[in-house]
Amino acid sequence: MAKRIDVKDVNIYYGKFRAVDDVTLHVPPKQVTAFIGPSGCGKSTMLRTLNRMHEVVPGARVEGQVLLDGENIYASSVDPVQVRRTVGMVFQSPNPFPTMSIRDNVVAGLKLAGTRNKKQLDEIAEQALRGANLWNEVKDRLSKPGGGLSGGQQQRLCIARAIAVQPDVLLMDEPCSALDPISTLAIEDLISELKKDYTIVIVTHNMQQAARVSDETGFFNVPGVGEPGRLVEFNDTEKIFSNPDEQATEDYISGRFG
Amino acid sequence: MTTDTLQSAERASPFQHLSGVRKAKNYLASVLVTCSFLIALIPLGWLLVTVVTKGYRALVSERWFTHSLSGVMPEQFAGGIYHALYGSIAQGVMCAIIAIPLGVFTGIYLAEYGRGWLARSVTFMVDILSGVPSIVAALFIFALWISVFGFPKSAFAVSLALVLLMLPIVIRSTEEMLRLVPDQLREASYALGVPQWKTIVKVVLPTAYSGMVTGMMLAMARVLGETAPVLVLVGYSRSINYNVFDGNMASLPLTIMNELLNPEPAGVARMWGAALTLILLVMIFNLMAAVLSRFSAVKSS
Ligand SMILES: Nc1ncnc2c1ncn2[C@@H]1O[C@H](COP(=O)(O)OP(=O)(O)OP(=O)(O)O)[C@@H](O)[C@H]1O
Ligand SMILES: [Mg+2]
Repeated sequence: MAKRIDVKDVNIYYGKFRAVDDVTLHVPPKQVTAFIGPSGCGKSTMLRTLNRMHEVVPGARVEGQVLLDGENIYASSVDPVQVRRTVGMVFQSPNPFPTMSIRDNVVAGLKLAGTRNKKQLDEIAEQALRGANLWNEVKDRLSKPGGGLSGGQQQRLCIARAIAVQPDVLLMDEPCSALDPISTLAIEDLISELKKDYTIVIVTHNMQQAARVSDETGFFNVPGVGEPGRLVEFNDTEKIFSNPDEQATEDYISGRFG
Repeated sequence: MTTDTLQSAERASPFQHLSGVRKAKNYLASVLVTCSFLIALIPLGWLLVTVVTKGYRALVSERWFTHSLSGVMPEQFAGGIYHALYGSIAQGVMCAIIAIPLGVFTGIYLAEYGRGWLARSVTFMVDILSGVPSIVAALFIFALWISVFGFPKSAFAVSLALVLLMLPIVIRSTEEMLRLVPDQLREASYALGVPQWKTIVKVVLPTAYSGMVTGMMLAMARVLGETAPVLVLVGYSRSINYNVFDGNMASLPLTIMNELLNPEPAGVARMWGAALTLILLVMIFNLMAAVLSRFSAVKSS
């Protein structure tokens, strides 16, 4: 069941350093929302506040509200573990568990949550691996370690792992930065497929990718070193890429940046 | 003209010319490294050869591993080390049973939870503890366990002193091994909605397992050879005593100390035999560490 996300007046800090300044945006359900912007502008930071992963960093904190279908995930009564079960995440660099086989990596979320039924887990593993377009490559070595895959395969393994727990929202931080063009296209197809059921937020440095897969796009920018990143523009992807409201967005997209 | 210069530049390719100076430096460095290695090896090899040649006679004697020295005359070539072997293992195991869980949990606290003044003071204490000489640890336990609480001298008192020596090593190695586990793995686990304690148990500890086992076994090897605690906290006995809470009990270091005072050839043989047995015991623990880390859950391709 896909959910909508409303970010209201959010400031994000690492200790005293304010990394993201006063962001308000609305991520619609069953759509793909892309965050673009130069390196260091706070895209990853913004993304990680959407499932309370930000606070895992020592000293990191968030001000403001993030509403998941109207419920503030930063309310004091909310359990961050439950939030992360609902809002899954794929990281910038692949991070399979080195102690687990390929199959166990995929079903790690379910197994650690207590699912024991082997047959059910096998089915879910296959489904998730097919979903991540990895099944054919690994079906004969499911019991081999996940660390023995290539970088791109590892990333798809991580995507499989994230969708195996069937979250409502899927956050992806540059999921294709380690992938070849064919796997990238496969992931993009996968994203379009997943969007039927999930709300997806993706960070990407690849303009074409943002244009291809996303429905909404947010452009972040950082005015200078040591200053917080800001959301410059949030709009329909089509509008952002054809006729953005802000000059800065147009400069960035057309490569006249810096 | 231009092509000529280019070609001659090509012929003097920078890749084909190895300068004499660099060759010499390289040679010098490898000679230095090899020599240091050999020099470091000499005392080690010497020690082993001495202990083995002087100790193997006692070791291969018939009753060495099965009998105690009860009723054996100082000049008699007879008896065995069983009582001391039992004592060393009992003291070591009791120490491990207390120190390993305590140390592992403290290490987990420092690496995974510890922040602020509490963690800093624990680290500080661990630093101090790891600098405490074994004789001081032994005296402390004597003052506390025997003088204040009034318990008798016993193998258990020795184990308590050994705990003080083993604890900082276990804490340190656990903490360091856990810190080597990349944060990305923890984050990957959190992102799947796994709580922190389960992440530690199912993801972090299995990844760090093999290094932790090695650390523990080395700590074990270290305390098995400690002599000060057994000298201070328990009396020597030439016969078997299974009661760890009361009575004299031998251990390998204590037997060595005792036979050192025995000028008879039989005593000398037993002393070296006990020394060799101690080395073998430590080696067995190291081998166990190697075997246990083989079962490490980290799967390399
Ligand atoms: N763990 C951290 N501690 C302190 N500051 C951090 C930390 N992580 C990121 N920052 C800072 O926060 C700002 C935003 O970083 P962030 O990683 O969100 O950028 P990004 O937009 O994802 O960049 P990239 O495109 O390179 O991934 C940067 O100035 C960065 O230096
Ligand atoms: Mg980033």
